[in-house]
Amino acid sequence: MKFTLSWLKHHLETTASVDEIAETLTDLGLEVEGIENPAARLADFTIGKVLKAEKHPDADKLRVCEVETDQGTRQIICGAPNARAGITVVVAHPGTYIPGIDTTIQVGKIRGVESQGMMCSEREMELSDEHEGIIELPSGKVGARFIDWLAENDPAKTDPVIEIAITPNRPDALGVQGIARDLAARGLGTLKATETDPVPGTFPSPIGVSIDADTLDGCPLFVGRVIRGVKNGPSPEWLRDLLKAIGLRPISALVDITNFFTYDRNRPLHVFDADKVEGDLRVHLAKGGEQLLALDEKTYTLEPGMMVISDDRAPESLAGIMGGEESGVTADTVNVFVESAYWKPITIALTARKLKINSDAKYRFERGVDPAFTPVGLEHATRMIIELCGGEPSEVVTAGAVPGDTRAFRLDTDHVQSLVGMSIPADRQRQTLSDLGFTMKGDMAHPPSWRPDIQGPADLVEEVARIASLTKLEAKPMRRTQVGVPKPILTPMQKREQIAKRTAAALGYNECVTYSFIDEAAARLFSGGTDATRLENPISSEMSHMRPALLPGLLQAAARNQARGFADMALFEVGAVFHGGEPEEQHTLVSGLLVGRTGPKDVHGASRSVDVFDVKADAEAILAAIGAPAKAQILRGTSEWWHPERHGMICLGPKKVLAVFGEIHPRVLSAMDVKGPAMGFTIWPEEVPQRRSSSATRDALALNDLQAVERDFAFVVDADVEALALVNAAAGADKTLIDGVRLFDEFIGGSLGEGKKSLAITVRLQPTDSTLTDKDIEAVSAKIVDKVGKATGGVLRG
Amino acid sequence: MDELRQKYLGAISEVADEAALEYLRVQAVGKKGEISLKMRELGKMTPEERQVAGPALNALKDEINSALAAKKAALADAALDARLRTEWLDVTLPGRARPQGTIHPISQVMEEVTAIFADMGFSVAEGPQIDSDWYNFDALNIPEHHPARGEMDTFYMHRDESDNRPPHVLRTHTSPVQIRTMEVQGAPLRVIAPGRVYRADYDQTHTPMFNQVEGLAIDTDISMANLKWVLEEFVRAYFEVDTVELRFRASHFPFTEPSAEVDLRCSWEGGQLKVGEGDDWMEILGSGMVHPKVLEAGKIDPAKYQGFAFGMGIDRIAMLKYGIPDLRAFFDSDLRWLRHYGFSALDVPTLHQGLSR
Repeated sequence: MKFTLSWLKHHLETTASVDEIAETLTDLGLEVEGIENPAARLADFTIGKVLKAEKHPDADKLRVCEVETDQGTRQIICGAPNARAGITVVVAHPGTYIPGIDTTIQVGKIRGVESQGMMCSEREMELSDEHEGIIELPSGKVGARFIDWLAENDPAKTDPVIEIAITPNRPDALGVQGIARDLAARGLGTLKATETDPVPGTFPSPIGVSIDADTLDGCPLFVGRVIRGVKNGPSPEWLRDLLKAIGLRPISALVDITNFFTYDRNRPLHVFDADKVEGDLRVHLAKGGEQLLALDEKTYTLEPGMMVISDDRAPESLAGIMGGEESGVTADTVNVFVESAYWKPITIALTARKLKINSDAKYRFERGVDPAFTPVGLEHATRMIIELCGGEPSEVVTAGAVPGDTRAFRLDTDHVQSLVGMSIPADRQRQTLSDLGFTMKGDMAHPPSWRPDIQGPADLVEEVARIASLTKLEAKPMRRTQVGVPKPILTPMQKREQIAKRTAAALGYNECVTYSFIDEAAARLFSGGTDATRLENPISSEMSHMRPALLPGLLQAAARNQARGFADMALFEVGAVFHGGEPEEQHTLVSGLLVGRTGPKDVHGASRSVDVFDVKADAEAILAAIGAPAKAQILRGTSEWWHPERHGMICLGPKKVLAVFGEIHPRVLSAMDVKGPAMGFTIWPEEVPQRRSSSATRDALALNDLQAVERDFAFVVDADVEALALVNAAAGADKTLIDGVRLFDEFIGGSLGEGKKSLAITVRLQPTDSTLTDKDIEAVSAKIVDKVGKATGGVLRG
Repeated sequence: MDELRQKYLGAISEVADEAALEYLRVQAVGKKGEISLKMRELGKMTPEERQVAGPALNALKDEINSALAAKKAALADAALDARLRTEWLDVTLPGRARPQGTIHPISQVMEEVTAIFADMGFSVAEGPQIDSDWYNFDALNIPEHHPARGEMDTFYMHRDESDNRPPHVLRTHTSPVQIRTMEVQGAPLRVIAPGRVYRADYDQTHTPMFNQVEGLAIDTDISMANLKWVLEEFVRAYFEVDTVELRFRASHFPFTEPSAEVDLRCSWEGGQLKVGEGDDWMEILGSGMVHPKVLEAGKIDPAKYQGFAFGMGIDRIAMLKYGIPDLRAFFDSDLRWLRHYGFSALDVPTLHQGLSR
């Protein structure tokens, strides 16, 4: 919403400066987004007089001028055809910023002759589009500031333009008067009365109006009148200046008048050329299929139920949104029908959304215009039309009535204080509401018709606090919820997420935060990309589906980094993934991705390609950190994006999967443009069982003074026997004596022959009662060999 | 005897290697060594002679043994020194590198925010990112057709034609968590709700996904003045400065009344933000007193309870505190960016050691 200072002063008697006004508006909730103040923009320009103008020695179209200025006589080269001795001009000295050409001018040489400044055109100072020549002032003293001359002789050009942001609750502030009312309530001036007497009609309106019964919901009131014998030329300069200042294009007096009231009072109006209206005007719901050429020169096809204004022939206007081209006014219009109607916000919003139209009228009706002002607005418009275009008004025709307004809310002045925490005296509160147009009857506040946003007592609090100014709010400590040291607040899952992140980072992974939506192809590679997880209105096809897993985002990040020349990386993310489109179909995962080598080539030869056992160790470390039990099964057979032979699920039983690790399937890598191999893991932190005891106490440490003994065994087994089965079998041979079993060697092929391998383990024996004898050791060794043999078919390697 | 002594002690002192020393040992005190042979002769002596010769021989043997041991140690030392001299290493070679992981600034700042609010009694609430339009809009006093809905650039989820429910949305703010938390916990209540939010907007300063933290405090007597205090305390602690100044400006959010935008006094010099000084005001969050209709939607009695709510951009306050220029880079996973702006695993923000190093 834009307006000029003088426009505001038309409604507000005030001596406040532009800066004061701007600051107050922002504080009131009408946030100033910008001030265009010509006085600031043009402060440095001064008035000068051309003493002499001679042709430039080297250029036919340039003149070398001697100009008398506030800084003495200056030589200025000028290309304007009207540069000649004797004229009074506007001078910019070197160092002055010229807004119209976005340049700060300097002393320079033009074709070898020095120029010590510039004489400006209106366009160069952004006063108008005039650029035929430099400004010739009819008066003005050499050395005076140009802006002072302008203020005296052409004040509209010095009028500051203020732009404010209007929140959806304040349609009243879409009119300059509404803005003035807020400022007056704050005490920044007095609101001027703009009441007008009705203009009596001199003849019955030849055009009648009606509203269909089923349309009264969307259009409770429609008033209008014919004004005959108007002359629709250009509007007077003051009106054109005003509209131009706020960025509107003056069209003709009749149209400009409707635009004026749109901005002055938030009262959109429409004017029909009465001679192009056949019969009467009728407000009704479209049957569907009707077509209308609107003022934006587009043809719209109406859907059933859309509100329109039709004459006897066809629809003439998209009610409250945009008028029709056919019945619009032109320069030749002599008889005009002025419409002032009240359209309900929802109907307007729905129709405009369907037709994809945005207009000033739609914007305002959608937010809510003042219904009670509907007939008054017509009188204002009539007066101005007669004033500017002449003509003779008919009697007013009316259909419907101003909708009743029974809103009234109790003002609890104590509640205001307790809610806001500010001490505002009760009478001040009541006065504020009165100033804003509320009618106070006892404790009951009746909101004014122009404030549709006031819907409850809480809204009264807001008005009182807003006008009192929240800057005066003084902070007050909030009491603690408990005396003493605060308790921890994170849930076990929240702790897990944090620990998982910090463990992964400690293991060398860089945390990524990737978008929650990915492209369909990538989602499909990870069992996603379903309709349920599809966005109806994605901003691009790269972001069309909610991610079913974290790995695709990490793989895309890896591809981008590879394209930047980084081959080796360890990335991880902790975040939500989506198995469906319902709120409860969201789960938190932890995923890591290793690509390339463990590190750059190094002098110690430590760098090597990443492999499955890197991600396995990392997944196990993170699981351990978030409290997963040390013993878990490793099962195979999970999703198809893993290498079929190189992955494992870390499980507590076949249905309790805590994590998956492995090599990413080469087909997935090539589809995602990642140069592999790449290893990944995914952890389901919610699946990790909660600790049973909430106590911090540890089990007592059982130390044993008896010497432990380690024995090595090498077994020959079939190549497809899993090491964990062998280790578990050995560990189970004597649960009291065997303290631990560790696999330390795997040897495949060679002298063992096809399909065989050797697995070597170290078994640690920890006696508890007495030192182990050779016999004891032999006995347990035999049991180990036996158990392993039975479980895996393995035999001791000879 | 003196002769023997002279001979062996002299020889020992001149020996150059362990083999020669061993030879000498055998010669002198070995089983058939000269001194051993002399010892054997003691038996043939008279008791008187033996009394003199015995101790003298033993003393000589001890003396030679000590000399042998001393020489052996000296030779070993010399050999070790000689070996070490051959073991010169170029210690300017790089050490074995360990990979350095990092924590993303968003995670770090979320933990910082959590640490501060936890101290003021706030716990952390969470909610789904795909949510119903009721939680995202209606319950927050944004009915259908409210202009605020149109201004939110909402992402809608696909709906099958057979499904008549209004489409779910990607939450446009963390505010739906207010409702879900009120429903579950009732009043009194103090929570923050950090998380991802989504709006269909992508340009220099907007990404279609970003992070917010919601704050909500409900009790019988919580006022907007308390809100200001909580925010001042937060900003002071978060930016790790001694003083801050906040300015409340009236504004409008459908779910709070009164509503205020909150500005922070600051200065910008050479691209550096200084909080608590200067003449600039920077908008950092929106806030207000929870609208009675929102309390009702959360099944809390607005006649009995009141409270405040606020919402703040996590990415934004991360950018401000750590001088990160571009929001879009947060979600690009450029390794150089992650390493430069990321945090060490051990940089756990706490109030007692300070939030940042």
